Amino acid sequence: MRTMILSAILAFAASSASAEVSVRIAYLEHQVKHPPTLSNLDPLPEDLGQAGAELGLVENQASGRFLGQAYTLSVRSVPPDEDFLAAGREVLSETRLLVVKAPAEELLALADLPEAAGALIFNSSAQDTRLRDADCRANLLHSIPSYAMRADALAQFMSKKRWSVWALVVGTHPGDLAFAEALRAAARKFGLRISDEKTWAFGADMRRNAAQEVPPFTQSLKAHDVLVVADEIGDFGRYLLYNTWLPRPVAGSEGVAPMAWSGAVEQWGAAQLQGRFYARTGRKMRAEDYAAWAAVRSIGEAVTRSGADEPDALRDYILSDAFELAGFKGRPLSYRQWNGQLRQPIPLVQPRALVAQAPLDGFLHQHTELDTLGLDAPECNCRAFLE
Amino acid sequence: MLRITIQLLTLAALAGPAGAAEVWITNEKDNTISVIDSESLEVVRTLPTGERPRGITFSKDYSRVYICASDSDTVQVMDPETGEILHNLPSGEDPEQFVLHPDDRHLYIANEDDAVATVVDTESRRVVAQIDVGIEPEGMAVSPDGKLIITTSETTNMAHWIDTQTHRVVANTLVDARPRHAEFTKDGSKLWVSAEIGGTISVFRVADHSEITKIGFSIRGIRDDAIQPVGFEFSPDGRRAFVALGPANHIAVVDTETYEVEKYILVGRRVWHMEFSPDKARLFVTNGVSGDVTVIDTARLTPIKTVKVGRFPWGAAARP
Repeated sequence: MRTMILSAILAFAASSASAEVSVRIAYLEHQVKHPPTLSNLDPLPEDLGQAGAELGLVENQASGRFLGQAYTLSVRSVPPDEDFLAAGREVLSETRLLVVKAPAEELLALADLPEAAGALIFNSSAQDTRLRDADCRANLLHSIPSYAMRADALAQFMSKKRWSVWALVVGTHPGDLAFAEALRAAARKFGLRISDEKTWAFGADMRRNAAQEVPPFTQSLKAHDVLVVADEIGDFGRYLLYNTWLPRPVAGSEGVAPMAWSGAVEQWGAAQLQGRFYARTGRKMRAEDYAAWAAVRSIGEAVTRSGADEPDALRDYILSDAFELAGFKGRPLSYRQWNGQLRQPIPLVQPRALVAQAPLDGFLHQHTELDTLGLDAPECNCRAFLE
Repeated sequence: MLRITIQLLTLAALAGPAGAAEVWITNEKDNTISVIDSESLEVVRTLPTGERPRGITFSKDYSRVYICASDSDTVQVMDPETGEILHNLPSGEDPEQFVLHPDDRHLYIANEDDAVATVVDTESRRVVAQIDVGIEPEGMAVSPDGKLIITTSETTNMAHWIDTQTHRVVANTLVDARPRHAEFTKDGSKLWVSAEIGGTISVFRVADHSEITKIGFSIRGIRDDAIQPVGFEFSPDGRRAFVALGPANHIAVVDTETYEVEKYILVGRRVWHMEFSPDKARLFVTNGVSGDVTVIDTARLTPIKTVKVGRFPWGAAARP
């Protein structure tokens, strides 16, 4: 009996010595049914996003062990037909620090739960600009760039290249429509012109037909410098390249693509992050992996620098001027105080190389050029961050 | 016998005029070293190395040069006269940067991919110890008395203080984001650590590991977050520090007493590491993106020449 008490005391002493601060993070995902795509070449990884969160955890732990800070990550993945909010309530009863991969509507419902008051939720997948605008929430930060940030990045690149007249081809999925809307706004913002627009609604299997179908499809488009495509699920865009009627570059969801992250990014020490990710997963790191990684690392960085572990204090630190995250994009990342969006450069990539990185030189801003991408304070209708 | 003598003489002639001081530059993306004559400022030799050469340092008597061949996972030992690789040292995975201990025998190596620092005995050619540090260790420094080694970890954002007797970490001090390089002052009383993404240099008191100050930089016309301090060196008299500012394409000259920046010197693109000529009259800085080396007159603090070298020049070392 005595031995038992003694060992219990010892165990307690050991744990308190090794971890003065204990941070529990939950990764919560609502799986979605993905629509079919024409090509079978690029199946979506099952651990998309989650693998990034797990790498972020390992990095937090590496810093934490020198500082007496312990981190854990619990993963809850909810099947498409099951109740996401019920799972969300359970997770919120265990921790107040969440990284969430779910569609916009469900993110909002989660953030609006009474149980979520005072929690800190990171959106690592939903790009809907409205979540950073009128539909923002004080307890919801965004580590994934919005459609608007990506579209602005592309428009800056096009402007620099003087490819100032676009033809736009848009798919029929909600993400395609949302990205297309952001592209139109970006063209207006940067003084570019969309000469023509077409919807891609083919039923044919382009794997065999692209060389026959795409030239006439693009033949009727009015004069343009570049063909911009909104095909966010990767359905048809790949078949447009080199099959256009006119010899024109393709950009947008395919071709030169503005992405939060891609396996082609190797600059600014990124080869290190890519190497660590590949060693763990056997695949390349994608945008949603990067966003989940950045969310978990943001928590880690805030804990390391502030010594706090409560969501309120961490949120205050993350939204303060003192916060900076080294995100392998060549300059420190921080959060916009008016809508909780992670400020970040946007790589413009083709599959095998980085083409450019926005913000491009020459697009100036009175505070930081990073705010030339996406919603800047004066144009943002978010009120939840005003306090 | 005569023939051998002639051969030796020929070799000596090929190796360049005796006595000319040289600055050696590792070219990360060419797998070569460019040897620059410190007087004529011309590249006089280009020597093949292992893959991705980065850190470079000479032994005390200059009879050997050690090269981190990062992607070959080894430290190469070269005869600087002939350019011949004498042997490889076990280094741990992905050696990036190292320091030679004042005992002229032990190399302390940062293994970037492996989150460890490796201690290698250059005589027995064995690994003496491996020490767990933070993620992406890079900067390595040794105190003048040889008692302390510093490793900086880029992703963990710390300087790890390692006791060279016990090979244990005795302290961890946080610095700003992405620490790249560390140096002890000549008297050993202070430690400077640069933070690339943080844009600062932290100065610590060695006696109690406390932070004395943080040095910031500002250049008119260049946005603040492009000013990224990386490599730096102290002048021989210890009064100045020369700090490479990465993509800001400048070297900052910092007064080590007041911590004020005296001057910014324009150099090539993404300036990285540096080395003085043996007579200390000139400073050779590597410009990674432009693929050249800027030579700075250390008395007048002005650039005097740009020397084309290989792709991605990284490290620099000098021999008389």
